Amino acid sequence: MAATSTTPSAGPISGSRSFLSRLREGDEIARIITSLFAFSVVLVTLLLVFELWHGSVLSRHKFGFHFFVTSIWDPNSGDFGALPFIYGTLVTAFVSLAIAVPLGIGAAIFLAELAPQNISDTLQFFIDLLAAVPSVIYGLLGVFIIVPIMREDIQPFLKSTLGFLPLFTGPAYGIGFLTAGIVLAIMVIPYIVSVSREVLLSVPRDQREAALALGSTRWESTWKVVVPFARTGIMGSIFLALARALGETMAVTMVIGNTPTISASLLSPGYSIAAVIANELGEATGDLYLQSLVELGLVLFLLTFILNGLARLLIVLTAQRGSEMGRT
Amino acid sequence: MNARLRYRKFVSGFMLGMTGLAALITVVVLFFILGYLVVHGGASINWNFFTKLPTPVGETGGGMANAIVGSAKLLFLASIIGVPVGFLGGVYLAEFSGGTVAFIVRYAADLLNGVPSIVIGIFAYAVLVLPFKHYSTLAGAAALALMMVPITLRSTEQFLQAVPGSLREGAMALGASKAKTIATVIVPAAYRGILTAILLALARVAGETAPLLFTAFGNRFWSTGWEEPTASLPVMIYTYAISPYDDWHRQAWAAGLVLLGLILVVNILARAILARGVSIPRS
Repeated sequence: MAATSTTPSAGPISGSRSFLSRLREGDEIARIITSLFAFSVVLVTLLLVFELWHGSVLSRHKFGFHFFVTSIWDPNSGDFGALPFIYGTLVTAFVSLAIAVPLGIGAAIFLAELAPQNISDTLQFFIDLLAAVPSVIYGLLGVFIIVPIMREDIQPFLKSTLGFLPLFTGPAYGIGFLTAGIVLAIMVIPYIVSVSREVLLSVPRDQREAALALGSTRWESTWKVVVPFARTGIMGSIFLALARALGETMAVTMVIGNTPTISASLLSPGYSIAAVIANELGEATGDLYLQSLVELGLVLFLLTFILNGLARLLIVLTAQRGSEMGRT
Repeated sequence: MNARLRYRKFVSGFMLGMTGLAALITVVVLFFILGYLVVHGGASINWNFFTKLPTPVGETGGGMANAIVGSAKLLFLASIIGVPVGFLGGVYLAEFSGGTVAFIVRYAADLLNGVPSIVIGIFAYAVLVLPFKHYSTLAGAAALALMMVPITLRSTEQFLQAVPGSLREGAMALGASKAKTIATVIVPAAYRGILTAILLALARVAGETAPLLFTAFGNRFWSTGWEEPTASLPVMIYTYAISPYDDWHRQAWAAGLVLLGLILVVNILARAILARGVSIPRS
């Protein structure tokens, strides 16, 4: 049929009719009602940002930049410095990435490049389930399974072999930065695997074939052609994981030790931003105390906001590049 | 075969083997988690766990009946608030809105989706707990609803947009109004996907602890109505796990098994619904 070329798009077909007839048919009512719900999402998001900003005004004005570089947290004297919490959050996040990035990218390469379709899908299904395990369950296993193993075996082993490094000194409590980092790593690996796998799968097939045709081995085509092609997207998955790790609360609170110390040793107990909020917000008496905690929330919000935005951008860029190359 | 090629082949095989090992380690973790929970939780789960209230500190026995009911109440109320907002907002994005407006709503939803759950907790505490000076089931449910909205909204939008244009045009060619087309043709065609998204959103917030710590708080007794603080399974797991009592540790494992079991069942169910076909042919 020749008429197919004039098929209208799904866009505003009703534009030509009068407002009244649209109102009678319910179109305008439906549009207004659904738009109210959609805008409520925008409103609540704005309110959230406003509450965090407005709710920390006292602390921001009183401490200014000192808030981030001093380490005395004393509700009794009204002195609040967040350095130990920021330090703990960053250290645990980086420990977790150091473990999760090689494992996650390795697993993603296996799923995207090597495994047959049905095995890849089955493993991805398990990894999706892993991502659905709530953080408090990881905390539960952390407290009762991982902490004893760390205390009895891993930490003494690290001290006896790598104890000459300042990273592995001090008594083996079981809890601390390293334990929290390991638990976080287990939690963020599914995100790295899922996103990296998608990105790797979007790399056009001819890239692999060209590399293989030039005589490279399977690994060389993967590592020197496919992975560099997907590099930005994989970076995106890492930023996504970093954002998750920074904001993660329960599991970290349960294994980090909740002691505001800054120590070079990964075996030492510490504290994180999310953990101090979880422990103290409900009991914070006095405006300044409360607002200092809200300011910590604001810091977390801004960090994850930037990282998530960056991650999304990088992932979209890679996907676009893949589909463009694939088309030509 | 010269030595150089042999070396390259060895490296290739070795590295590919390592990626397989990485995948294996990642997946095995899930079975370790399940195994530990089944062993420890299974040994301590009993009928009392489902029917009794927590006993006073120091007394052994008792259960978490109030936390199970509390979690159910929180999830029910969170769905009542969150699902309509997410669903109708998604309908708006997919069917009614144009460029800039859709971009803003989408951006807000994605931003909200990335906010750490503890920050959602702070927000709910500031807006719904501090002004009323008491913890409440309502505040906890609102915090959970806030986490459900972006997931439901974005998935609804995606699945509605995946409905082939021919269905839409067919309905309109028969004279149906746009609202009628959406309600009777487009949404039914996408319902499996939307249902899956709602179930996944529910499973996601069912295990959330951080937003409940200072909203729903906790309660060692039955919570009546929506204005009182209430116990919930995730918060109970947290408080029991960090307590010094062996009997509480035992119950934390039992609660962990029940919670994770429910979440995984809902996840698998949701994926099964989607896998049975999105009831529409790809055009």
